[in-house]
Amino acid sequence: MTDQAIVTHGERRELISFRVGEQEYCVNIMAVREIRGWSPATSLPQSPSYMRGVINLRGAVLPIMDLASRIGMPMVEPTVRSVFIVVQAGDRTVGLLVDAVSDILSITDDLVQPTPDVACDAVRSFVRGIISIEGRMISEISLERLLPEREALAA
Amino acid sequence: MDELEAIKVTFFQECEELLADLEGGLLAMQEGVGDSETVNAVFRAVHSIKGGAGAFGLEPLVRFAHVFETLLDAVRSNEVPGTVELAAVMLRASDVLADHVGAARGLGDVDMDASAAMAAELKAWTDPSAAPIAASEAPSAAEPVLTAQAPSAPVSDDLDEDDLGFDFQPMTISIDAQAADAELIPDDVWTVSIRPKSDLYRKANETGLLLRELNLLGPIVATMDDSALPTLEFLDAEAAYVTWSVRLETEDSEAAIREVFEFVDGDCDLEIVRGEAPVEAALANLLSSIEPAAEAAAEPVEVEVAAPPAAEIPPPPVAAAPVAPAKAAAPAKAAQVDIPGPGQSVIRVDPERIDSLIDLVGELVINQAMLAQRVGEYGIAPSSSLAMGLDELEQLTRQIQDSVMAIRAQPVKSVFQRMPRLVREVANMTGKQARLVMDGENTEVDKTVIERLADPITHMLRNAIDHGLESPEERTAAGKNPEGVVRLAALHRSGRIVIEVQDDGKGINRERVFSIAVKKGLIAPDLQLTDEEIDNLIFLPGFSTAEKISDVSGRGVGMDVVRRSVQALGGRISISSRPGLGSTFTLSLPLTLAVLDGMVVDVAGETLVVPLAAIVESLRPKAEEVRPLGPVGSVLAVRDSFVPLIDVGVTLGYRDHSPPPTDGVVLLVEGEDGSRAALVADAIHGQRQVVIKSLEQNYQQVEGVAAATILGDGRVALILDVDAVINLRRRETPRPTEPTLIAAE
Amino acid sequence: MTRTILTVDDSRTMRDMLRMALSGAGFNVVEAVDGEHGLEVLSAHRPDVIITDINMPKLDGFGFIEAVRIDDDYRAIPILVLTTESDPSKKQRAREAGATGWIVKPFNPEKLVEAIRRVAA
Repeated sequence: MTDQAIVTHGERRELISFRVGEQEYCVNIMAVREIRGWSPATSLPQSPSYMRGVINLRGAVLPIMDLASRIGMPMVEPTVRSVFIVVQAGDRTVGLLVDAVSDILSITDDLVQPTPDVACDAVRSFVRGIISIEGRMISEISLERLLPEREALAA
Repeated sequence: MDELEAIKVTFFQECEELLADLEGGLLAMQEGVGDSETVNAVFRAVHSIKGGAGAFGLEPLVRFAHVFETLLDAVRSNEVPGTVELAAVMLRASDVLADHVGAARGLGDVDMDASAAMAAELKAWTDPSAAPIAASEAPSAAEPVLTAQAPSAPVSDDLDEDDLGFDFQPMTISIDAQAADAELIPDDVWTVSIRPKSDLYRKANETGLLLRELNLLGPIVATMDDSALPTLEFLDAEAAYVTWSVRLETEDSEAAIREVFEFVDGDCDLEIVRGEAPVEAALANLLSSIEPAAEAAAEPVEVEVAAPPAAEIPPPPVAAAPVAPAKAAAPAKAAQVDIPGPGQSVIRVDPERIDSLIDLVGELVINQAMLAQRVGEYGIAPSSSLAMGLDELEQLTRQIQDSVMAIRAQPVKSVFQRMPRLVREVANMTGKQARLVMDGENTEVDKTVIERLADPITHMLRNAIDHGLESPEERTAAGKNPEGVVRLAALHRSGRIVIEVQDDGKGINRERVFSIAVKKGLIAPDLQLTDEEIDNLIFLPGFSTAEKISDVSGRGVGMDVVRRSVQALGGRISISSRPGLGSTFTLSLPLTLAVLDGMVVDVAGETLVVPLAAIVESLRPKAEEVRPLGPVGSVLAVRDSFVPLIDVGVTLGYRDHSPPPTDGVVLLVEGEDGSRAALVADAIHGQRQVVIKSLEQNYQQVEGVAAATILGDGRVALILDVDAVINLRRRETPRPTEPTLIAAE
Repeated sequence: MTRTILTVDDSRTMRDMLRMALSGAGFNVVEAVDGEHGLEVLSAHRPDVIITDINMPKLDGFGFIEAVRIDDDYRAIPILVLTTESDPSKKQRAREAGATGWIVKPFNPEKLVEAIRRVAA
């Protein structure tokens, strides 16, 4: 998964945008496996608060990340409208809990601007750029940076 | 995988089997129960290893195997007596051979000095003077296929074209116009004269094929002289009466021509002459030696072979005669059947395919359980056809699961066969005499478990020889055979695999074990323990009965570590002993690590699975059994001891405060180090088998959680890591009390 | 027409090697694990050429060749023996038993196919 390469080629690419609170974010459509309605997760002990827990996705154990919480916004209880976007991040498959999916964008790289300095470090670390389109501001997420590094716990 | 690489994998698998056969045969020889077939089998094992190794160019292995094979060949032909002493030497040689195989495989190294010494020792048996065999260690592959021999035929110059001074039967010279034109004859013309003997045909060689081969070197003209053919009544169908003369035009050397006749060397008289030699001369030379059967009448037959090898090959000489019954069966290609034969009943499958099948069946089991639960929720009567159909589905699902697991099951043999060597080595190191007896090598277990068996078995065997068996002197003094017997057995018992390691040594010195445990502060001096409990003190961390840590059992790994690793796999290990008669280690493991027997419990609204292997018992604590200890801690009185109470919900961070333990249930668990704890849960849902799912695949390791599973309602449940929970708790609060009793169940 | 080759060898590695080389050259391959098995497979498949090892359990290569040669139905089938080294005495014994030719191990596929071509009708 090197969407980096796609950027440097400057070709058209497609993104899926979604809403988290009042903000819009997007990910490369190539990384999206599916979009599912919310179902309750089994909570994970000893984990960051943005990890909502794990669910059963056709037999695989899928961790669910609350994107709002990850970004530093207050955690909102999921509603029936909430969805999670199943994405491939490196060798892991993860569900991103978001408020709603907005649309599919087709962009070229000239629409992407660097993340301004005002953003906090946590956000800057996984927002790879900001897309300005039809007067909206959409932050593109770098999936590789989103998940915590796998740490081998002391046995 | 590349096809050759795949064969290499097969080769190393086969080597394992061959090494086991070799060892088994040598052990039989050592015990004096081997017969000539044993020696043959042992020879074949080394021979096959060498053959395969040669194919893959594994030179050091080939060289060592060759020396070994040479000795075995001598034993096989009774040149060297197959004594018990020799068997012992060869057993050590088989270990070196195994090292060579291992090194060729990239696993471990060979002590080349030891290998050379061993090779020299082996050579000394075939030739006590030892020295001259050195050459035989050279790679055999260097030997040429074709034994170079001096040309037996006279050089063409010796034959004068005009020298026709033979009294010979009429001869049709079959040189066609072009070839006969002397001016056009190039330098590279050869005359090959062949007189087959009957042996040539008996071995299914055919002159026609030889001509065809010659024709591959260049255009040929072949002439047959059948003047020696007897009349029918004298004709031996399989004898050879005809002679061939072939004019061959080729740029190849005489050696190349001679190579065509490699397979019939000795089965025909052959002359190869450079130039357009008069055929008669060559033939005459050959015929002068013919049997005097020649009544000679038939017309000479001329056969010409077209330049490219034709589909129709000239019939072999004997077939040229009208009666040749033996040849009637010759065209073997006539009957060709392409159906698979009895040797092809084995299917090879990529292990990954089986693994994925096992995963899928795991899903099926979960789905079936989910379906059953849903149906149950709708309140459908168990007698309804739907419920009954579901029951059948469950049966079938279980059967499929069992069958699929059986595909991946493997006999424990692959692990067992490494053990005789270990026993020899340990016995040598400790000065003990030990004989290993193995039982149940064909007991099958899932491959996930097989890989984990070797370590504990190794430790149990080491311990049995090092600590269990007495020295030969002690044994003799005790009226025992100086040679101790260690028995390694595998069996299935109640859905688990049980491995037993039994020795006929002195048994555990309980007094000493107890006093050591007290001295090391592992138990209280006034503790009352049963014999069995004392025996099992050897599994305590930091316990070692050896006065000095020996090379063998020491290695920094005590039985406590073995027990821990066994428990981590959901297994149990224990020892029982009878003073003076010996000890028995019993190891039991689940048949697979793909599923786990667990207790499903509720904790703070979450469903958790506690591995059954860790649970000693479950109980409902009474108020008087719960005693506070320190500001927050409390302990549970279980019979004579106090066990720390751990609220799983608090430890995992699901809740901040523990409800009173008397409101819930307690699972008395035993950690890998033998320490006990009382885990408090809100409710118990009962026991069930669950399919183990990785959390790390998509997330990461989570402290306190061993893995995940999917329950009947489709939700993920976490499988508790009992040891981690005990450790988490220890870190949070100082340990209230040292658990006082540690014993295996 | 595809030629059928019967390989008789107790070593799985060697059988696999032979199969790889022979299938690659377009032959149909049937296998047997020792001489006894070889005789069974022989009757079911009528191979065009037999390739046999010498050292085998139950019935060794010499015995197998002799058994093939005394059977009128099979005596004309060419037999190539596999020898680990060109041990003259073993080769000689195999020839006396009725072997048509031999292949020295380790063989390369070209040599193997060439040897078959030399003996196959």
